Amino acid sequence: MRLLINKIVLGLSTLSALIGLGFLAWILITLFIKGLGSFHFSLFLNDLIDGGLRNLIVGQFILAGIAAAIGIPLGMVAGIYLQEYGRSRYAGLIRNLSDIMMSAPSIVIGAFVYAIVVVPSGGTSGFAGAIALSIMMLPIVINTTDNMLSLVPRELREAGIALGASKYRVILDIVIKAAKVGIMTGILLAFARIIGETAPLLFTSETSNYFSLDLSESFPSLTVSIYDLANEPEESSRDLAWAASFILTVLVLTINLTGRYFTRNKKR
Amino acid sequence: MPVMNIQDFSFTYPNVSHPSLKNINMKIRKNKITALIGPSGCGKSTLLRSMNRIHDLYPGNRYEGTIDLLNDSTQKMENILDIKKENEFIELRQRVGMIFQKPTPFPMSIFDNVAYGLKIAGIKNKSELAGRVEQALKDGALWKEVNDRLDKSAMGLSGGQQQRLCIARAVAVKPEVILFDEPTSALDPISTGAIEELLVELKKDVSIAIVTHNMQQASRISDYTAFMYLGDLIEFDKTESIFLNPKEKQTEDYITGRFG
Repeated sequence: MRLLINKIVLGLSTLSALIGLGFLAWILITLFIKGLGSFHFSLFLNDLIDGGLRNLIVGQFILAGIAAAIGIPLGMVAGIYLQEYGRSRYAGLIRNLSDIMMSAPSIVIGAFVYAIVVVPSGGTSGFAGAIALSIMMLPIVINTTDNMLSLVPRELREAGIALGASKYRVILDIVIKAAKVGIMTGILLAFARIIGETAPLLFTSETSNYFSLDLSESFPSLTVSIYDLANEPEESSRDLAWAASFILTVLVLTINLTGRYFTRNKKR
Repeated sequence: MPVMNIQDFSFTYPNVSHPSLKNINMKIRKNKITALIGPSGCGKSTLLRSMNRIHDLYPGNRYEGTIDLLNDSTQKMENILDIKKENEFIELRQRVGMIFQKPTPFPMSIFDNVAYGLKIAGIKNKSELAGRVEQALKDGALWKEVNDRLDKSAMGLSGGQQQRLCIARAVAVKPEVILFDEPTSALDPISTGAIEELLVELKKDVSIAIVTHNMQQASRISDYTAFMYLGDLIEFDKTESIFLNPKEKQTEDYITGRFG
């Protein structure tokens, strides 16, 4: 009897794993077939106005890059505070808030930035988009830093203190170094997460058909343009959306796999 | 001559009503090895961790009594429990080093590990640093094994080598006392033997206090032994007296293996 139950449970879990993987494979295969079908290297050379994607890819990276430049330092400092200094109830509250923010719907963050940046400044802009993305990124970086620092053994901190180092030196010289790989991986995964976001950009940076480096205007975004192109009636626009989705997926996958590669190397 | 004199010392952890150490009186003598033995939870590590006040990393502890440390330049005893300022703590820890149960190499090169405490102490001159690091590694009986790979990560060393690196790192800043908190309990017998030899060698230059679970270790290397039980110091005497001729019944029971 017990053997039978064992077999049934094993069978069911295998089946559900296969169903999950099946859908994932289906998504990837569809994306590759449709995406590759309309993919061409000239997409990297022309802007959207000329039927290419160059401005969108560059724009997306600039948005995510500025978001990272804001979110990573802020998040790391906050994570260090939580793990190394914050012992009060106040710190616990911040940690909980940050955890809740991690699951905040991205469209809500987009709407929030619309209200506090876009409306007062009189229009959509690259800055607003980057701010929305940095707010997306912040809780992930805080959480990663906090967790990775918590994995550093207490004895390592004590050993630093026992040599006569002050607390901040121990944190900067020893603790962060010990947690470096984990934190970097987390940051990379956070970056991979925000580079594929659409909702926070939808009403903040919007997108643009032209190449632009001016962050005070609507800013080209790959994800928002995929959304727009997929809603166009013309076949050619939708093909372009598939190609863009394909490129975006490859980008996100690459960043993700790089992150995982670092983690694996650390374990070895 | 004592370098450290502990008198009527009691210690209470934060949010606990009764003290973990009660009225401890003992001495750490110059250029001798003093062992702290006793069953788990008897307070021997707590006592050791009071001697460089590493407890103060976690706020809310209560100290009573005195722990006097000999000031080499004035030959006066100074109570380390009076210390309040950050720079005084730093000075205390440079004078009283500590080695932990698990080896604690920093995630940097072998050279940088040993140089870390020296740099903190303000030594910047490169050739002086190199000389001090070499001497410390020789003192830690590790020089021969690592002199061709000083720039390699310390994480690649074996457990026993890592522990000797930590000892070299502590010796480098020339402390007056080094506290060892079960330094060999995570190591194999051969590495343990090497560390024990090293301790006996080191006591020429520095006074040593060692917490150990291993009674044979205490009897092999220490000159004085303190037996502790449930936060009390039961007996403190020369090691041979403790092991051959204990005055207290509890000490005898513990040493003969009747409990603990």
